[in-house]
Amino acid sequence: MVNAVESEIRERFYYQMTLIRRFEERVFELFADGELFGTTHTYIGQEANAVAVLNHLQDDDIVVSNHRCHGHYLARTGDVEGLLAELMGKTGGVCGGRGGSQHLCNGSFYTNGVQGSTVPIAAGMAYVEKMKGTDAITVLFVGDGTFGQGTVYETFNLASLWQVPLLIVVENNRYAQTTPLDLNFAGSFVARARAFDLSVAEIESNDVEKLYHRFGHVMKNIRTRKKPHVEIIHTYRLCPHSKGDDYRPSQELEEWQAKDPLKILGQRIASEDKQETERQVCARIEQAEDKVREMPFPTLEKQASHIQVRGA
Amino acid sequence: MRYVESLNQALHQVMAADDRVFVLGEDILDPYGGAFKVTKGLSSIYPDRVLATPISEPSITGFATGMAMRGLLPILEIMFGDFITLCTDQIINSATKFSWMYNEQVKVPLVIRTPMGGRRGYGPTHSQTLETLFLSVPGLTIIAPSHFHDPGNLLRKAVLSERGPVLFVENKLLYPKRLSQPDQSGRIGDFFAEKLFGHNKDYPSISLSLVKGERADVTLVAYGGMAPLAAEAAFNVFMQHEIVVKIIVPSLVKPFPLKDVLPSAQESGRVVIAEEAVRTAGWGAEMASQICESAFDNLSKPIERVGAMEVPIPSSRPLEKTVLPQVSDIEKAIYRQVGV
Repeated sequence: MVNAVESEIRERFYYQMTLIRRFEERVFELFADGELFGTTHTYIGQEANAVAVLNHLQDDDIVVSNHRCHGHYLARTGDVEGLLAELMGKTGGVCGGRGGSQHLCNGSFYTNGVQGSTVPIAAGMAYVEKMKGTDAITVLFVGDGTFGQGTVYETFNLASLWQVPLLIVVENNRYAQTTPLDLNFAGSFVARARAFDLSVAEIESNDVEKLYHRFGHVMKNIRTRKKPHVEIIHTYRLCPHSKGDDYRPSQELEEWQAKDPLKILGQRIASEDKQETERQVCARIEQAEDKVREMPFPTLEKQASHIQVRGA
Repeated sequence: MRYVESLNQALHQVMAADDRVFVLGEDILDPYGGAFKVTKGLSSIYPDRVLATPISEPSITGFATGMAMRGLLPILEIMFGDFITLCTDQIINSATKFSWMYNEQVKVPLVIRTPMGGRRGYGPTHSQTLETLFLSVPGLTIIAPSHFHDPGNLLRKAVLSERGPVLFVENKLLYPKRLSQPDQSGRIGDFFAEKLFGHNKDYPSISLSLVKGERADVTLVAYGGMAPLAAEAAFNVFMQHEIVVKIIVPSLVKPFPLKDVLPSAQESGRVVIAEEAVRTAGWGAEMASQICESAFDNLSKPIERVGAMEVPIPSSRPLEKTVLPQVSDIEKAIYRQVGV
């Protein structure tokens, strides 16, 4: 038997994960319909990670994410409309259409599209909170592919040296775009972090409740000890890296589909509750779509003051 | 006062004035106080706000960017300007992008100070003038004071007033040089000096002329470490052939201080632009292009650029002298303009 609090949390998690899943699926459809252009990196299959980590955050915590950021953004803000408008390049986009899919900012939530570059930035942000003496922690999401960048290790060194309250969540989805981990990764994640005397641990699970429990412990430690920690989640994405670039063996995909985080949590929820969640989520996305379609596209007039006009 | 002292004093002043100012860099702690001593004394007075960093330029640039985004005023020293190549991703894809790309939800008041320039025999990787690589980066301000400016004052403004990233270039040959400020009669030595605020009230250009009130034969534009060479060349051509040169010495490299250059260019109709970097796709190339777009009809000669040869900067003294632009190169360009 679960108690009322656990049940409330379980429903919230299921709602958030369903929201991310259906949003991302809709993104693919909107591309197919020609309503979106540009590129995207969806979070299908990794929803449990964002939901498990970010539900532990306090208001003043900082999140720094990467190109695969929709899931983190939705789990942190719930702002479906702002994200969709940003993807569609509309005025109501969270960055006014300037950033697009992988360049989001909302309050203390930031993402950028260059691998590795966000790592020292997040460390710098964590350092500021430490200097100010706040309890805020900075959560950085990176993937396995980012571990090819030297700046990751330079920052491991800085973070350990200066003991910044930074949680580095490594979502190891086993592929850097199309290249499998064993073709580009020597040694282990844990050993790499340990070489810098960083606190580090790893977990292999698609069970959001198990992950939530684990990160409760991790984040409490960071908050009280004000020290960095690296946590590796061995996970899998059930979607292509971007849009049409999936060359993974179908047998492997099928194996992971059986471990779909939404299915794992779904087994613990009554089917009528799941149906209700689906209904609510789809209505919410549909509403957002209707609203965003009505929004105008941005113009450059507002931006003139920031453009260095030659000779002017 | 010397150029380096002016900068050092400014750093002390901004750290005293605002506790959001942090200074980061390699080997900047006392007693060493930085490779060129610009940060001397800071760590003794402000040990918590002066961070000696590992040799990790990409990451300390990112780290400082993160600090700036969250309310601090970081000043990052890159020991040699040549190493700015290692900071490039953070400058181009982070620091200068965030404000605009995030629809102005953040500011990145980051100042990156770095010494550029040769003539000290440091060889190919410690002598370059690489700020020109960043001329086409939107959102970046580049400041390069000469000894005719008040470098400390420019640095104070960059640190305390700028809302976006600044690349602050200090020519290393200028560090020991005494500042040449206008006296009460507005003269710097033999030159009549005037501050030009046409483009920017904080980062003026200085105009220098040996003759007052007379139309100049040639406009000579030079910034940073080329300023003393420009002054020497202007003096020599006047003494030898009575050619009147008006020198414009910008402190602002980017955005281009065209408004400070244009009036003199239009008046003289002959322009020489001298820079320490190579000419190809350089500061002079862009400045010449902008002058042509605005004042083509006023020009009586094609604009001439003086710069370095397109080879790595050699270490050997005579070789380095051959490769980098000299006073005589500027003089020759001036003579070609007036047909002497």
